[in-house]
Amino acid sequence: MNLPLSLTINGVRREIVLDDPRVTLLDLLRERLDLTGTKKGCDRGQCGACTILVDGRRINSCLALAVSHDGAEIITIEGVGRGGELHPVQAAFIAHDGFQCGFCTPGQIMSGIGLIQEGQAGDDPERVRECMSGNLCRCGAYQGITEAVLEAQADINAPKQRRSA
Amino acid sequence: MMNFDYVRPASVADAIAAASEKGATYLASGTNLLDLMKGGVSRPSVLVDVTRLPGLDRIERLADGSLRIGALVRNADLAHDAEFARNYPAVAEALLSGASAQLRNAATVGGNLMQRTRCAYFYDAGSACNRRWPGAGCDALKGENRLHAVLGWSEGCIATHPSDFSVPLVALDAVVEIEGKAGRRELPLGELHRLPGETPERETALERGDLIVALRLPATAQGFARHARYIKVRERTSYAFAVVSAAAGLRIEDGKIREARLALGGVAAKPWRAREAEQVLAGAAPDAAVYREAARAALSGAKPSGDNAFKIELAQRIVVRALTLAARGTPDRIAALPGSPFSSVAGA
Amino acid sequence: MTLEISLTRDPAHIRHGSNIGQPLTRTDGVLKVTGKARYAADNHPPGMVYAVIATSCIARGRVKSLDVAAAKRHPGVIDVMTPTHKPELAEDPDAKGNPFAFRMELLQSDEVRYANQAIAVVIAETLEAATEGAALLSPRYQVEISRVGLDAGEAYAPPVVGIGNPAEVRHGDINAGMAVASKLTDSTYETPAQYHNAMEPHAIVAVWDGDRLFIDTPSQGMGFAQMRIAGLFGIPPANIHINSPFLGGGFGSKGLISGPQVLGIMAAKLIGRPVKLVLRRSQMYGPVGHRPPTRQRIRIGTDDAGALTVINHEARVTTSSFDDFYEPAADASHTLYASPAIRTAHEAVRVDTGTPLFMRAPGEATGSIVLESAIDEAAFACGIDPLEFRLKNYAEVEPTTGKPFSSKALRQCYAKAAERFGWAGRPLQPRQMRDENGFLVGWGMGTATFPAIMFQGNARAVIRADGKGVMETGAHDMGQGAWTALAQISADSLGLDIDRLTFRSGSSDLPDAGIAGGSGHTATVGAAIHNAGAAVIAKLAELATSDERSPLFGAGNAGVVARGGRLYRRDDDARSESFAEILARAGVAEVEGSGTGAADAAAQSQYAMHAHGAVFAEVKVDPELGQIRATRMVGAFAAGRIINPLMVQSQLRGGMIWGLSFALHEEAVMDHRSGRILNANLAEYHVPVNADVPTMDVIMVDEHDPHVNPLGIKGVGEIGITGSAGAVANAVFHATGIRVRNFPIKIEEVVMGLSV
Repeated sequence: MNLPLSLTINGVRREIVLDDPRVTLLDLLRERLDLTGTKKGCDRGQCGACTILVDGRRINSCLALAVSHDGAEIITIEGVGRGGELHPVQAAFIAHDGFQCGFCTPGQIMSGIGLIQEGQAGDDPERVRECMSGNLCRCGAYQGITEAVLEAQADINAPKQRRSA
Repeated sequence: MMNFDYVRPASVADAIAAASEKGATYLASGTNLLDLMKGGVSRPSVLVDVTRLPGLDRIERLADGSLRIGALVRNADLAHDAEFARNYPAVAEALLSGASAQLRNAATVGGNLMQRTRCAYFYDAGSACNRRWPGAGCDALKGENRLHAVLGWSEGCIATHPSDFSVPLVALDAVVEIEGKAGRRELPLGELHRLPGETPERETALERGDLIVALRLPATAQGFARHARYIKVRERTSYAFAVVSAAAGLRIEDGKIREARLALGGVAAKPWRAREAEQVLAGAAPDAAVYREAARAALSGAKPSGDNAFKIELAQRIVVRALTLAARGTPDRIAALPGSPFSSVAGA
Repeated sequence: MTLEISLTRDPAHIRHGSNIGQPLTRTDGVLKVTGKARYAADNHPPGMVYAVIATSCIARGRVKSLDVAAAKRHPGVIDVMTPTHKPELAEDPDAKGNPFAFRMELLQSDEVRYANQAIAVVIAETLEAATEGAALLSPRYQVEISRVGLDAGEAYAPPVVGIGNPAEVRHGDINAGMAVASKLTDSTYETPAQYHNAMEPHAIVAVWDGDRLFIDTPSQGMGFAQMRIAGLFGIPPANIHINSPFLGGGFGSKGLISGPQVLGIMAAKLIGRPVKLVLRRSQMYGPVGHRPPTRQRIRIGTDDAGALTVINHEARVTTSSFDDFYEPAADASHTLYASPAIRTAHEAVRVDTGTPLFMRAPGEATGSIVLESAIDEAAFACGIDPLEFRLKNYAEVEPTTGKPFSSKALRQCYAKAAERFGWAGRPLQPRQMRDENGFLVGWGMGTATFPAIMFQGNARAVIRADGKGVMETGAHDMGQGAWTALAQISADSLGLDIDRLTFRSGSSDLPDAGIAGGSGHTATVGAAIHNAGAAVIAKLAELATSDERSPLFGAGNAGVVARGGRLYRRDDDARSESFAEILARAGVAEVEGSGTGAADAAAQSQYAMHAHGAVFAEVKVDPELGQIRATRMVGAFAAGRIINPLMVQSQLRGGMIWGLSFALHEEAVMDHRSGRILNANLAEYHVPVNADVPTMDVIMVDEHDPHVNPLGIKGVGEIGITGSAGAVANAVFHATGIRVRNFPIKIEEVVMGLSV
């Protein structure tokens, strides 16, 4: 069975002919498109390491069939920085040491970016913790993660607020 | 994951035709189905992808005052819909207390209603489970069952329904709209999920090919908006299934409870509507004594299915808590930790 | 490998001047936040295919049949590796060549010794085909009754516990200590099986080239892995090239090469193509080690003044039916509290699980939560504040050996953490505190300790003609920050700014850096680097001071110091010469030096060497619903010299979270009949999520240790768990008045204990 699908990944449109309906978005990215920044920690929607943005929303790519996402716009960790510059969330993760082993980090960062876009947490650390709870970190870098998301959010929102003022 | 054919029908009628074939099943976002397929629990031969079916992703107010929610509306979109959260705050809170932000962004309303149990023996392909394999037996019955059902269970199955979303929905008399081979029909949500009895493998009232196309909350459901809460005890602060949960809605007039709605999660194979408790509350003054009486009534038929007697006590306490908090009034904004005891003032 | 980093922001991880002690951000940070850090499973050599393990769903018995034909019929499946169809091994995987050669399942027979054991490997063109192929094998079994739990069989005294520790240790007169006690607490605690659950599942990409083997795999010990693989495949260790630049967490589970990783190598050999094999999360509950369950009885005697008279700590642990690893749980009572009589003893029971192994603070974690809880019970029985009780019984020398401590700033840890936490004024009685919302509030504390261990490691240093330096060591970064901290030590050892240094690591082609475990990696490799750097500087000094054209001529080898890429006369800062100038004049392309780091046996026999700390925790408990949340933790730790406080803070916070998790969350639930783990996943095996983690305050207490090793490093990787787990458990008691002795503390214990 040949299943044609068209995906825009990190701004690049890709025409893909999939020979297998079982392929998840995660495995498509990692095993077939050499976009290995997105990680597989559990493959069952229980850890968040595979978080990517699909049509602007953060989801677990391990629980998404590629074939079902024909036409989707996908952003992965590889597509986050612009022109070689780190995204504010990436920079904040370094500054706050929001990781140790780094394996959950791409998922954490994509989740943080998704959260900031959702705009549900505001500057309340408790809401950030809750809204980042879909991303496990076994090393225990949560405090740095929370601080990084809050700082990056303030960084991203600051110019907007200035403009509207 | 075992291989399958993938079809993406363009219409509801085509979808029903495709899903009526043996071995076929509907795929919405797949957050539960793909997990089950990867675990070898579900082995459909055809996946009928309904995510592109037109018109199922809308939230609309009907002329009779009821709210119709398309089956493909995403959980997060529903929970974050300001009008929805204002009118049905316990439902929004329940939604936000479930799973993770990523899963809520993907999961659909219809799919969530079809979520299957988290019983470890159901998930473990090496264990006997009457749901997976009718007649195989139930390894949970004499197994590790501290989190299993205390209401409505049978010797054949002691699993619980894991949904948070469904708990306030059954309390609010939600109705599901179903399209099937015989056309369109409606079913109270309280009748969608079945208690196990002799046939635990029949988890819902749906027939082959049936597709949930919408969920409807009747006009009366808004009447509880000012006094509604969902409370959930779990073993982590977030991202964990309920040990026990409760949704409470009260209509309070002139210092009296005119009408009460109460449902429990994590206690039975279905979201458990506690009508006896509602009757205890109706007409009473909102106070601790009547909440306790309601709690006793809600759990009057409960019995441990194993190492889980504590859940009967805990369920009564959570009923009291949910009622106490509901009576105190719905907060203006959903708490930072939705559903968590730590997001609200303790009853002490 | 070296890290290739392009920087576009201010490079906070480069700082000019002295490097050790600076809070540099991670040198691998940019790679990790951009997804460019390549973990083992991210590799994809040309022609690579996929191997997926089929695992047993029984815990004991035999595989009677496998439907290999069905798997092979599946499109894409290339081959199925089974006990009857596999490459010959040069060595029996059950042979016990050394105590670290743990037995592994490499399809040597049809025997099943635990659930989740590999019983076949399916190799296919795609991951999807291999996965389905494995499911199609539909194994049939001959099942035997499995042995599950701490009462599964006859207990016996193990020959040793941990790494060669005696199973029983006696100090002083135990009976006398019991007899003179005016109060004796006698409690039995249980701790559950736990699984490492590093975020990165074990993975391997294996490529054979004749009898040379190239593998990408996460490893905390590449040298050990080389030796083991060499033995199994009958090739020289030097033929094995392991690439392990990043580990997605290890916590001990990647210390030794595991069976599934070797199966990946076998699969590649079988079909003659590169193979990738990655464990599924559920498959990590079995063949890659775990922390075994324990039952610990601890009796503590005190006199009228609250001074200890005896600690008698007994532990029963499980081990596998086929190998020997014994969690040294009771050993936690050896060092912390001054008691005239101390006894620790272990017994073991064989069960049908994979062999337990080192898991972050093995023995220390399981023993610490029990000791710290029991100390809390003893203090309470005496009516003495838990901190005061601990100070009263402060060990001035190591109690069981009588050795002085090489350094011990524990008093300062107690004082600083208690002050920061606000411990003073804590009511002695439990269930006295509530917050403004009516939640029960409890404060608990625990003492942290972990031995300062060193292994053996090597490093090679070079100064090149351009004056820049290279440091090479096959070290392992599993998140602790080796890329950064070891680079800092390297730069200082060579007298260079860190941006003039190329630091190479993470490959077995580099000098063997030993094992990243026991919290000893930075100390061990740091010492090797220190010595390698010193060797190079000595050679440079020799070149300069013996050359009359040099301004340093005649200074003598001890008369110069290296700083900022130059050698200076120690007695005259105005006279100096750059490394490049020295090499250019000598006509030497580069100078190279090697160094080794290892424990100083003489110092070890003279001193007890431990890091210490004090942890204070606040929990809130819902008075009716029993749900618990830690709200605040403060830990002060004295662990010798701190190389990078930012990284150390992260390590300590991580450890404290593991402690919190030990007390409140994690537990593997095993069916008592089948021996299958029922929560072999991350949804129901609860590790803390972000919302579980309170504000954590870490204080690093300054400690100078002249004995422990040349750099004075004690290690911080594991100590954070100890103390923390007990602190949280004690806080739950203080909040509720309920002493839960089965960990993790479960809601039902609190719910049923709290009457409404």
